[in-house]
Amino acid sequence: MPSESGSNRKPETGTFFQRERTWHPPALTPGYKSSVLRSPQKALLSFDNTLSEIAGPAFGHAMLGELDNDLIHNFARPGESAIGERIIVHGRVLDERGIGVPGVLIEFWQANAGGRYRHKKDGYLAPLDPNFGGCGRTITGEDGGYAFRTVKPGPYPWPNGPNDWRPAHIHFSVFGHGFAQRLITQMYFQGDPLIWKCPIVRGIADKAAIEALTAILDTQATIPMDALAYKFDIVLRGRRSSLFENRPEGN
Amino acid sequence: MAQSLDRLRESASQTAGPYVHIGLTPNFCGISGVYATDLGSTMVSDKTKGERIGLKIRVLDGTGTPLKDALIEIWQADADGLYNSPTEMRGAADPNFFGWGRCPTDMETGVCAFETIKPGRVPFRDGRLMAPHVTLWIVARGINVGLHTRLYFSDEQKANGEDPILARIEHRVRVPTLIAERQGDIYVFDVHLQGEKETVFFDS
Repeated sequence: MPSESGSNRKPETGTFFQRERTWHPPALTPGYKSSVLRSPQKALLSFDNTLSEIAGPAFGHAMLGELDNDLIHNFARPGESAIGERIIVHGRVLDERGIGVPGVLIEFWQANAGGRYRHKKDGYLAPLDPNFGGCGRTITGEDGGYAFRTVKPGPYPWPNGPNDWRPAHIHFSVFGHGFAQRLITQMYFQGDPLIWKCPIVRGIADKAAIEALTAILDTQATIPMDALAYKFDIVLRGRRSSLFENRPEGN
Repeated sequence: MAQSLDRLRESASQTAGPYVHIGLTPNFCGISGVYATDLGSTMVSDKTKGERIGLKIRVLDGTGTPLKDALIEIWQADADGLYNSPTEMRGAADPNFFGWGRCPTDMETGVCAFETIKPGRVPFRDGRLMAPHVTLWIVARGINVGLHTRLYFSDEQKANGEDPILARIEHRVRVPTLIAERQGDIYVFDVHLQGEKETVFFDS
């Protein structure tokens, strides 16, 4: 596999800021029943990063296919396209210092416009769209920017409480430059009243952390007569500078 | 009042959910034609240097039941203890070993099977060598923040005895939770999410 870094910057080798565990959802969130038997109960072993956590795999742009960031077309039959509200999702991957993170792989997956996943474990009665697979990927540019085209996913009921519904969401998997930055999260949509009722979302204690996972409508980035746009920035753990490094971008 | 640090806060983690395969291993769940292969499904080629080994990993919940909807990623050094990463400053790693792999648990057995090589030793921050190890990252429905741990090797007793991370584990009875058992060319490793045998998970 090619491992061009996607950037001309000198790699940084500092350790990462510690993860703020109270900002993330705790392992055990009883309102989300699946967490009850799957949450570690003992204290985590804390240590400053070693090279095993500081280093991480680098994916080159060469791995990407032309339609990888176009979920409207990457599973569709020739000449056809997925059904639903056409949207662009765009933003930047930044670290906690506010610096763009270039050359990192982002993968995303979602239900179709009716709220149905193309997966044998999903039995929701909303139909599959023969032209929608639900997966895509891209690699961030020099400024950490990314964009993809898709349809807005529908909300759907799920077996947790007797009548629980997931807000419309897109799953994101993000690599950083170090394996310690590895993150999976979900993007929600501005104005969705289901966000504040969802047991998975409510595992996050701080309202500001939930708002930071909520994409905002961006009318300047729409494509007229084609697609609406939502802006969603993703923040990865920041990195300490090393005294022995020449860091032209400063702190 | 004082100045602001002007720092951002890490995006909060959310579960990968039950349909993680769609995004990360679409071919595994029947979505074909989008990506030629699932990323991370092959780690070694004929040209890769090092001893071929297999890892058979399961993830067990608080009742001892194997998870059948989890996904595991591994990250490791090459046979000489070098990472294939722009951050690696000590030299060039084996160009035929990427060092990262991804595997969903089998939907029937719950087993993740990786074919890889035995990693070399990587130095700790103070220069002492760590024992050979593989970093694990585990996500699944019901796991709110991806779980980070390591797999060490049962036939590396001396190195394990010197390892600075294993040495930090206060309750020595828990050290074996990080050591995979060698059976021929295969190392078997059970990750226990809860209970008496709960695996030591990391915050690093």
